[in-house]
Amino acid sequence: MQLNSRIPSGPIEQLWDETRFTMKLVNPANKRRHSLIVVGSGLAGGSAAASLGELGYNVKCFCFQDSPRRAHSIAAQGGINAAKNYQNDGDSVYRLFYDTVKGGDFRAREANVYRLAQISVHIIDQCVAQGVPFAREYGGTLTNRSFGGAQVSRTFYARGQTGQQLLLGAYQALERQVQAGTVAMYPRTEMLDLIVIDGHARGIITRNLVTGEIDTHLGDAVILGTGGYGNVFYLSTNAKGSNVTASWRAHKRGALFANPCFTQIHPTCIPVSGEYQSKLTLMSESLRNDGRIWVPKRKGDKRPPNQIPEEDRDYYLERRYPSFGNLVPRDVASRNAKYVCDEGRGVGETGLGVYLDFADAIRRLGRKAIEERYGNLFDMYERITGEDPYVVPMRIYPAIHYTMGGLWVDYHLMSTIPGLFVIGEANFSDHGANRLGASALMQGLSDGYFIVPYTVGDYLAAHKLEKVNESHSEVRNAVACVQQMTRKLLAINGKRTVDSFHRQLGKIVWDYCGMSRTAEGLQTAIGQIRDLREEYWQNVRVPGSGDDFNQSLEKAGRVADFFELAELMCVDALERNESCGGHFREEYQTADGEARRDDEHYSYVAAWAYRGYGNREELVKEPLEFEYVHPSQRSYK
Amino acid sequence: MRFRLKVWRQQSRSAKGKFVTYPVDNANPEMSMLECLDVLNEQLIERGEDPIAFEHDCREGICGSCGFMINGVAHGPVPATTVCQLTLRHFKDGEELVLEPWRARAFPLIKDLVVDRRSFDRIIASGGYISVSTGSAPDGNAILVPKESADRAMDAAACIGCGACVAACPNASAALFTGAKIAHLGILPQGKPEQDIRAIRMVTQMNAEGFGGCTNIGECTGVCPKEIPLEVIAAMNRDYLRGSWRERDNLVTTIRPFTEWSTGSKLKIDPSAGN
Repeated sequence: MQLNSRIPSGPIEQLWDETRFTMKLVNPANKRRHSLIVVGSGLAGGSAAASLGELGYNVKCFCFQDSPRRAHSIAAQGGINAAKNYQNDGDSVYRLFYDTVKGGDFRAREANVYRLAQISVHIIDQCVAQGVPFAREYGGTLTNRSFGGAQVSRTFYARGQTGQQLLLGAYQALERQVQAGTVAMYPRTEMLDLIVIDGHARGIITRNLVTGEIDTHLGDAVILGTGGYGNVFYLSTNAKGSNVTASWRAHKRGALFANPCFTQIHPTCIPVSGEYQSKLTLMSESLRNDGRIWVPKRKGDKRPPNQIPEEDRDYYLERRYPSFGNLVPRDVASRNAKYVCDEGRGVGETGLGVYLDFADAIRRLGRKAIEERYGNLFDMYERITGEDPYVVPMRIYPAIHYTMGGLWVDYHLMSTIPGLFVIGEANFSDHGANRLGASALMQGLSDGYFIVPYTVGDYLAAHKLEKVNESHSEVRNAVACVQQMTRKLLAINGKRTVDSFHRQLGKIVWDYCGMSRTAEGLQTAIGQIRDLREEYWQNVRVPGSGDDFNQSLEKAGRVADFFELAELMCVDALERNESCGGHFREEYQTADGEARRDDEHYSYVAAWAYRGYGNREELVKEPLEFEYVHPSQRSYK
Repeated sequence: MRFRLKVWRQQSRSAKGKFVTYPVDNANPEMSMLECLDVLNEQLIERGEDPIAFEHDCREGICGSCGFMINGVAHGPVPATTVCQLTLRHFKDGEELVLEPWRARAFPLIKDLVVDRRSFDRIIASGGYISVSTGSAPDGNAILVPKESADRAMDAAACIGCGACVAACPNASAALFTGAKIAHLGILPQGKPEQDIRAIRMVTQMNAEGFGGCTNIGECTGVCPKEIPLEVIAAMNRDYLRGSWRERDNLVTTIRPFTEWSTGSKLKIDPSAGN
């Protein structure tokens, strides 16, 4: 199998313009004759559905939540990058492009990243026009902060709720189209299968989460904006409902899944406190702008932080990375936290935590300035832990946060199934092996507002699609698959709950395919995942029935998919004999413990093709070429 | 810690509901209220009983999915906190906690503690936006917004749409929710062109949904997890009043409120094949 990324040739700054010019257009009068299916209503799905509706297409948009406004994009705190150079500090499209390719540890496609940087400036304009209340200077202009390892101030933000405000902007644009009649919204509806007819994506099968009804929705193209798969770890910063089901079922219908082992661990989360814990709470990375990270120099130093004098503290990031200090990229910050905890210098009851201390910043800037910048985050921390971070340093620990891997897409954001487009976190395209802070919101909105509305049009104009109806054998087959799986889950009636399996699966993936990985550990994990999956299908208990509101049944189907994905993640991590970005193989590190890439052998996208249940998936490689940003060892010293 | 949870159980909108009391013996002060329900649900499933349905997603207080009454207070006793971030250390050991769904005509019940809040979506769809299509925006800095306005707009925009304001209001009014969006967009220069008609449309839709009238009691802002100030209701009333004069010739239609979920599909999972 050959992958065609459909990147035109030419100077990188002209590629997107050229593509837009060569793409075919759909006559405005014909747009309403095309039915499009958008799954997911977050920044990517919501903005795509709204924009396609504005263009005049006939759109159906689906989300499993009770309202499109709940999509998990809402939880993003820190901000959104754009190469506006409003601060006159030397930013440019090229610099954002360069930083993103480098930050991704040279495992992303240059052309995609360049386009992302180009579009970033339009996103801010669009969001401002929608009424997103970005932070302002006294003169009324937009303000910026530096964020997540960037040396320029290019991050736009709305307090600590940037994701919420951007999502509400997209949601309001979406509801405007609902009112205009171009978009039909289906909340509490979960996609359970993809319909592929004559090799083209032609619709989806859904389950109505209130009534249990199984429905068929047919269309001319399907767009997945269904987010990432971080919940394979059970404990993550993702919302509890976030899942891989839509992507995974599309994968089983033929869409290749790329770089599944590229997962991002976020360094600043509130540490785990007990077995019952249901999720991890992120504290925005912006805190690292003013907070200093440290642990005691001495192992087992149990003194309260305020009684540990300066000379007994190890500000390990500042020590090891003098030029970036506390602002090193996420993967580097996370791994270093793990090291100091592995050495027995971690803090808090479990020993799995490090201090994030604001005492210096409060002394320097005053408490009021800190309140202004981080007030809501400090409040949240205090609500959860019962400790006041203005007085006692915060305790933080890394947690899984984002997944760079996802369904493989070409430059048009189309998967290996023609007519199936994948946008936002659900695709693999722009972040390589590590995503920089404030880039997820940028990518979701770039894909949804400014890329897929054009590329879908090109697809529709270039293909003459036969009319299909519900009696087609592929439709009936997909319906039967969904019904069969649902019945099967309900019929097992074993002894263990879905959550208990999910928690155990998450622990395996975290231990062996988390912050650092070894060939031996990954092999162990694959064996354990298979055994547990076997037990799942014998011993899970899903109460209730399939024809009403049944949250256990929803979870059961999602966890079944996580089992299969977890194995593929380990297979992918095992195959990639190098360390890069979030993928750290202990066997491949430099003398001072940094990731050692192997560009000669692994400068490719690993795209996996499904080969039937229980069979090893087939690896297809898309080689990566770097014409502009030459691969170098990332150094943040 | 130990608790007695007295929980509203109701299989569906048409079924009859009742309180059922469950003891929880293995709670921990660091647990959130929802984690406490998780623990209880695990036990219920293992015992072969139906777990308690409750809404939740992000579990960090921002998605607005969760929420129920605890001892008669929306989201429980701690100010500015949703039930997903409400830790048990705020309760007394051995206490009985009464958990009930939001109760309002415009929020029909789905199951146990889960209600249907699509009426909020329809209020937004009726006019809770700035009419700008993708691609037609000027440069971000071409629109100057005084810092003070941006901050006040943000205060109102922080609403998470959870519905606690409606549940707490003796009239089940949605004035705080609706006012928050009207104030957010009305304060900003970008929102000015549609300020009057937006208020007219949204208030008309709010009334059509069956929410009650606002009598300025302030329970709403008292329970609001984002502490949306009561003044947004004043902004809504002011815009509505001015709008009903300026826009008096503009016919405003409402979106039909609906409560149905079924798509009319014939395809169901055969219940006899399950279990």
